[in-house]
Amino acid sequence: MNTPAQASPAPVARRSRLDPELIPRRDFLGLAAIGSAFLALGFATLGMLRLPKAAVIPAPSRRFRVNLPESLAPGSPFVPPGRSVAVFRDEGGVFAISLICTHLGCIVKHVESGFDCPCHGSKFAADGGVTKGPAPKALAWLEVRKAGAGAYLVNEGKEVTPGTKEPA
Amino acid sequence: MSTGLARFTANLRAIPRSFATSFYRSGTPRTDRSRSSFVFSSLFLHFHSVRVHRWALRWSTTLGLGVISISAFLITLVTGILLMFYYKPYPSAAYDSIKDIHFVVPTGQFIRNIHRWAAQIMVVAVILHMARAFYTAAYRAPREFNWVMGMGLLVLTLGLSFTGYLLPWDQLAYWAITIGSNIAQSPRELTDALGITSWFDVGGLQKLLLLGSEDIGEEALIRFYLLHVMILPLLLTALVGVHFWRVRKDGGLARPADADRRLGPPPPGTYPVFTEAPARTYHLAAVVAGKSPAVSRGPEQTVPAVPHLFYAEAGVFMLTVLICLALALVWDAPLKELANPAVPENPAKAPWYFLGLQELVSYSAFMGGMGIPAIVLLGLLLIPYLDRETAGTGEWFGGPGGRAVVLRSAFFGLAAVLLIEAFAIRFGWIRQWWPATPQIVITFLNPGTLLTAIYAAYSMWLVKRYDSTRAGALGLFTCFLAGFLVLTIVGTYFRGPNWDFYWSKAQWPAR
Repeated sequence: MNTPAQASPAPVARRSRLDPELIPRRDFLGLAAIGSAFLALGFATLGMLRLPKAAVIPAPSRRFRVNLPESLAPGSPFVPPGRSVAVFRDEGGVFAISLICTHLGCIVKHVESGFDCPCHGSKFAADGGVTKGPAPKALAWLEVRKAGAGAYLVNEGKEVTPGTKEPA
Repeated sequence: MSTGLARFTANLRAIPRSFATSFYRSGTPRTDRSRSSFVFSSLFLHFHSVRVHRWALRWSTTLGLGVISISAFLITLVTGILLMFYYKPYPSAAYDSIKDIHFVVPTGQFIRNIHRWAAQIMVVAVILHMARAFYTAAYRAPREFNWVMGMGLLVLTLGLSFTGYLLPWDQLAYWAITIGSNIAQSPRELTDALGITSWFDVGGLQKLLLLGSEDIGEEALIRFYLLHVMILPLLLTALVGVHFWRVRKDGGLARPADADRRLGPPPPGTYPVFTEAPARTYHLAAVVAGKSPAVSRGPEQTVPAVPHLFYAEAGVFMLTVLICLALALVWDAPLKELANPAVPENPAKAPWYFLGLQELVSYSAFMGGMGIPAIVLLGLLLIPYLDRETAGTGEWFGGPGGRAVVLRSAFFGLAAVLLIEAFAIRFGWIRQWWPATPQIVITFLNPGTLLTAIYAAYSMWLVKRYDSTRAGALGLFTCFLAGFLVLTIVGTYFRGPNWDFYWSKAQWPAR
């Protein structure tokens, strides 16, 4: 008599203490809990760091109006009080060059050859190009718009290609 | 007579004694045992070990530099809190309040002078303390991590000095911080050259975070104030705690393996070692794997921390206070005119310990202000993990090559920095020769980066020549100290208006 062939059940992997699962269930849950706690902490920190990144820039308006004196000679700068901008007028028109050194933000001084920076010895040509020192780029030319007779609007926040002049 | 009342009066009379007992917990520290428990049962004293090795108490081991640093920090803490009574962190009021402190508040100027001098002493002491730990190879296992903590403390110390610089809101402050905050923005030099600033502007973000605005104004002042009086001191205090605790946990100060033999027997007058046997031993014991710093070391060359170590520390503390007071009596902290955003100081100079950096910055803002300092800091951080040797631990200039390598490197380091500086001052640099050179070339090829590369190459040569990382580290560290020294001196004494070179201040052009 042969016994009916019994379908042998698939062997259940009975792991013992000496033959543990790769990642035991408890450890997995524990790690997941700790992991999510740290993840939450990380995101909370990132969220908090959003706060000191200033959203409102409390600086005065970058646009201002200048009235150029009639006597302004070509090549000599007009520096509006409280602004670090030199406004020039010549045959080509009116243009403005920022006086903020592109190296580390000192205020450059207008001299015969162009501009000199007192802080680290950068020198710039009359058109703002760097001729000496550590400044990485030329002084910025700023947007100028005509606003009535002898009056102009200068926008410190907007750079234009050097050489751009507003017809007087 | 009621016995209750008698007991009450007796207790009342005994208050001084019973309070003292409750304070000390273990009675007056007179015996070895009570001395020990005096130390380990006090929150503040238990940073110390109960017994210290005689090697640690020698003058030449530390020169007291660590204690000088913490003493100076405590002095700035006390004087700083006093100054906060009058200081108002608002642009329109800050300068006036400093003037009040200067001219109206009783002892105000003296306290401000002490604050400033203690800050300067702290910077010097921290740098020298680092040099001491380096030259005695005290950073080696098991003290690597404490060296890393020390680097954090160095950065925090410099940060505290820098943030304090803006607070008077005078010309000196305004223009030093203009330069500082634009150094934070200097990664733009690199991103501009790569043309990626419009969508990846690390520099702009750093400046914005530092100033809270695009210009230095009330936002910047309140941020610097917050950093100076709250964030950085708290961080520094926490790190100092870890630093001290690790000194004890890492087995006290580093000493040579044969320190016991070298010291010889203690002189007869030394407080006797183990005057009485311990009355009881600890019953809590556990067997753990690993090596404790105390393994196979007897208590023989140790003396009780009370009084030996505490007297030494108190002595160094008193000396630091004395020096601060003396300097504050003689030299006043400077106060220039009210900050004027339209007219820069000429020359505009940072605090002296940043003038070496300012000299580098005058070649390239990014490499001088951020790149090279980051490389140096990273190099310092990695030293204990690269030097896994053991020869010469705890000895001045210990290790292969030793004193000879240090002397030779000092000579080489000085020569290299002097030659490069002289060349750049005499002949200028790339921009003057070929004005059209792209900025990125100058960023990576300027006197500062060249000097760093020369030092690094020299150090690698030493590693090969002596077949020892320690020899290379000795050379590199000495070279950088030499470079720091020369650049700082040039920046302090030989740079005048427009950062031009002058042999003396007398030659500065009249304005």
